[in-house]
Amino acid sequence: MPQTIPTDSVGLVKPQVHHFDEPLLLRSGAVLSSYDLVVETYGELNAARNNAVLICHALSGDHHAAGYHSLDDKKAGWWDSCIGPGKAIDTNLFYVVCLNNLGGCAGSTGPISINPETGKIYGPDFPIVTVRDWVNSQKRLMDRLGIEEWAAVVGGSLGGMQVLRWSISYPQCMRNAVVIAAAPKLSAQNIAFNEVARHSITRDPNFHKGHYLEHGTYPKQGLMLARMVGHITYLSDSAMSAKFGKSISDFESEGTNFGRDLRTGKLSFGFNADFEVESYLHYQGERFSENFDANTYLLMTKALDYFDPSVDYDGDLAKAFENSDCRFLIMSFSTDWRFPPERSREIVTKLLKAKRDVSYLEIAADQGHDAFLMPIPRYVNALSAYLQKVYEGLA
Amino acid sequence: MRPDLAIIQEWIKPGSRVLDLGCGDGRLLQYLQDNKDVRGIGLEIDPTNIESCLRNGVNVIEQNLDSGLSNFRSDSFDTVLLAQTLQALSKPDVLIDEMLRIGKNGIVTFPNFGNWKSRCYLWTKGRMPLSKFMPHQWYNTPNIHFCTVNDFDALCAARNIQILARTVVDSQHKGSWYMRAWPNFLGEIAIYHLTKNKGA
Repeated sequence: MPQTIPTDSVGLVKPQVHHFDEPLLLRSGAVLSSYDLVVETYGELNAARNNAVLICHALSGDHHAAGYHSLDDKKAGWWDSCIGPGKAIDTNLFYVVCLNNLGGCAGSTGPISINPETGKIYGPDFPIVTVRDWVNSQKRLMDRLGIEEWAAVVGGSLGGMQVLRWSISYPQCMRNAVVIAAAPKLSAQNIAFNEVARHSITRDPNFHKGHYLEHGTYPKQGLMLARMVGHITYLSDSAMSAKFGKSISDFESEGTNFGRDLRTGKLSFGFNADFEVESYLHYQGERFSENFDANTYLLMTKALDYFDPSVDYDGDLAKAFENSDCRFLIMSFSTDWRFPPERSREIVTKLLKAKRDVSYLEIAADQGHDAFLMPIPRYVNALSAYLQKVYEGLA
Repeated sequence: MRPDLAIIQEWIKPGSRVLDLGCGDGRLLQYLQDNKDVRGIGLEIDPTNIESCLRNGVNVIEQNLDSGLSNFRSDSFDTVLLAQTLQALSKPDVLIDEMLRIGKNGIVTFPNFGNWKSRCYLWTKGRMPLSKFMPHQWYNTPNIHFCTVNDFDALCAARNIQILARTVVDSQHKGSWYMRAWPNFLGEIAIYHLTKNKGA
């Protein structure tokens, strides 16, 4: 719980639910006849209605990007380090919009919602949604909010992929695209990790072919394992070493729990968690499994696997960008091995080929893929400098 | 504006596409965008300079010139600039070829090692010349490939590069008739406007 709300926080925020009755045709051919999107906004929309910034969330994110829902909240929103008054995405300047994507489990229509056609929970029958479908639904939200043009669309990881899709599907609706720690499409290795995650969930005895809620249970072990594997790919080797790799001789000098390699100071000679990294992964998996829906996890990983905006352009991403008349800022992190800098450079090369306005930064950071959520000075300052100029250009 | 940049900008056509290799804080590109409607992209490796470019609204790509320019397509820019960076490159000849592959024309500026001051320094002291533009010792200088105006002319001839224009200036970036007469002896900074010869 924050003792007091920090002055650079957006403070207490309240999500809003927008209901849409116009059917949404999905890429798979399925149709969502109606749906809800849960949304948070921070800052004020200006009179010209052109200072709005859309934040697209990553795999396990949601609409709660900044601030607190109540004074009892242990943590602020997932990107509170960058969103707030005076922060890189400055809510004194911008009207910031963040939503939970379709298929999510934080309030927007998804597997845990009631299917209006059957009156039952969707569960595994919720249709596969793609990045393109999300962006189409986000465009409808944009229209609902009366925004004609985003000053910027911003996202990291899977969020960055939504930004790329925006720049291809609706370039006339945005001035800037900020794509952080993303990739033009997944590598075979990325898909392999996702398949391990899906496999562990769907093979959990409590999965019940996705109908676990009807059985009053959920695939806790599968979700835990999926998250543990995922978490390893979000961190770098060096980040893990820094967090858990201290030798026993540092024991006395380290104040923090995770600064210690061994949990108890001695080996158990059994199969208990001897090392901090083990209990850390257990903790992460446990916490995640209690707060995240397994069917949503499956959907999100599929959306990642299916992402490839070049498919409509003979596999040539540069062609896809031909009408992307916005400015691009692409950023990557040196130790990110999930979507490493080479993947971002691929995007940059295609943008150059399409003669787009693009800037690219490769931030030296130890934190791996997770770096995009961290307050790394060079990264945050660059984002701030770029968006400051975006704001000046709105006049 | 730095006086050598003032000379350079006159060679850049309004509305053209410009790639600035080693663009610094982006001041020249910003000037060209604001005054000549140029669409520009800069390459830079210094984080502080990169942030300045973003702050100035200049497109900047973090990229080391020594890693090559293979991510840029042939003839994708009108002009490619290389201002005061040539001497710090590991393969300056390769980069000049690359510049003229990517751009229809190129502009190169470099400190002229054939200048009389350098010659006197070496002649009288017997040590590698130091000056305002070359303040580093031989062992810690980023400038690893010094050349003279005559050397550069020879490279252009060998690589079938056409010199559209050449000017030399002194440390105050002023030119004069006598510098034009004896560029390799009197010029401190050489400024070349280049293009690939047809059929090359």
